[in-house]
Amino acid sequence: MRKGKLTAAAVAASTTLLLGACGGGSSSGGFSAPVAEDPSFEQGTTMAHYAEQGEITIGTKKDQPLFGLQGLNGEMQGFDVAIGEIIAGQLGIPADKIVWQETPSKNREKYIQDGTVDMVVATYTINDKRAERVSFAGPYYEAGQDLMVRQDNDSITGAESLRDSDAKVCSAHGSTPSERIREYVDESRLVLFDSYSKCADALSNGQVQAVTTDDAILMGLVSEREEDQFKVVGNTFSEEPYGVGIPKGDADFCEFVNESLRTAAENGSYAEAWNTTAGQVSERTPELPELRSCS
Amino acid sequence: MQVLTENYQLYLNGIWTTLQICFYAGLLTLLVGTAVAGCRVSPLAPLRAFGTAWVTVFRNCPLVVVLFFMAFAIPTLGLNASYFVFGTIGLALYTSAFVCEAIRSGINSVSPGQAEAARSIGLGFTQTLRLVILPQAVRSIVPPLGSVMIAMIKNSAIAGAFGVGGDLYETGTRLSSAQGEAIVPVLLGVALGYLIITIPAGLLLGYVERKVAIAR
Repeated sequence: MRKGKLTAAAVAASTTLLLGACGGGSSSGGFSAPVAEDPSFEQGTTMAHYAEQGEITIGTKKDQPLFGLQGLNGEMQGFDVAIGEIIAGQLGIPADKIVWQETPSKNREKYIQDGTVDMVVATYTINDKRAERVSFAGPYYEAGQDLMVRQDNDSITGAESLRDSDAKVCSAHGSTPSERIREYVDESRLVLFDSYSKCADALSNGQVQAVTTDDAILMGLVSEREEDQFKVVGNTFSEEPYGVGIPKGDADFCEFVNESLRTAAENGSYAEAWNTTAGQVSERTPELPELRSCS
Repeated sequence: MQVLTENYQLYLNGIWTTLQICFYAGLLTLLVGTAVAGCRVSPLAPLRAFGTAWVTVFRNCPLVVVLFFMAFAIPTLGLNASYFVFGTIGLALYTSAFVCEAIRSGINSVSPGQAEAARSIGLGFTQTLRLVILPQAVRSIVPPLGSVMIAMIKNSAIAGAFGVGGDLYETGTRLSSAQGEAIVPVLLGVALGYLIITIPAGLLLGYVERKVAIAR
């Protein structure tokens, strides 16, 4: 009798555990990507492997409003997340079978190289240096570096206007924007933090006069604050094509990701992904940029 | 390893910035630490309480919290300075608690007879401390004080993350993340940079220790 009770308790406990493990599935704020039923792939390809496995690990940011943000309930939201779900969907993997691995900027190449993640969708700008270590599919979005200032600031109108001012500019350690802004302001006027939210704090404290990074990220910062505290200048001075990072040299998988993006653009799920996420604070709806060739 | 030779100028700049942070923070922390140690051994109860409170707060607060406070709370009070100043002061305040305790242990190691003798010839408390006790105490606190200082040099990496920028650790982040260099060689370079600062510092300490050593 006693033993029976114990077994029952054990079963109950493990059920709870299982349920717990299944929870926390993601949906990108009302967006759901179409899931292919029984897609077939050539044996031995990366796609066949993931499809058979029925699960994929995607690296994304979890603190990036509008692109990759984990809510308090554990749900992932954002445009990057939606793109990840679109690609996984083409592999026949539903959104709740995606494992989201938090991937901060500095770990993106490393995680792809050591296999911690299968791919990275994390506001990841394609550039040659990075392409030496990983391959890129896409781009799926064309961002550009811009400036965010206080609502009442009219003197900063773009990067050029920084040259002759004494404005301090904030950006994140080790980011591409922090490198590019060095063309306009010298080291002494550059303030670097480990996160853009600290830059936003510095901006509201008046310690810096502008925050610079991709417009996509700035939009997220604006959306997080009270109405009318900050604004994005809207004068981009770079092209930041966001790509999907995949292991180096996997051309087949790259082609597949590109094809998935094309399909998504055609069937409207790309536009829907945008409108349910970043589109909420941006007036424009982007077209899928011209995809690069995989080689 | 090519990354080291190609970017040695960046590394040198990083070392220089780190050295600047450490120099100013070190100077400030020695002054503050000594003053607080004076408070802790003072005959006046309010000063002792102040000293104890100081040490309790700064020794038990993580450095990140102190720096966060400096960088984000102080400006909201309307006091503005550069992040270099905030970072350096934050680092100095945090370290001062440890400096204070090292100095106090030195003071306690000087035999009470010394203080009594000084007082009996008419020296006041500050004079006793400054002319009799501290010169003897310094000899025994060189090793622990040195450890505190070397720890501070390494902690300066955290100050670098609070808007100071351009320090050695931040240089590493810049190379590995923004310029996409492989992280291991970059970090080896960073480690090498800190060793370039700390090993001579350690040698200097050993030298000072032998110079001031007394046979007891």
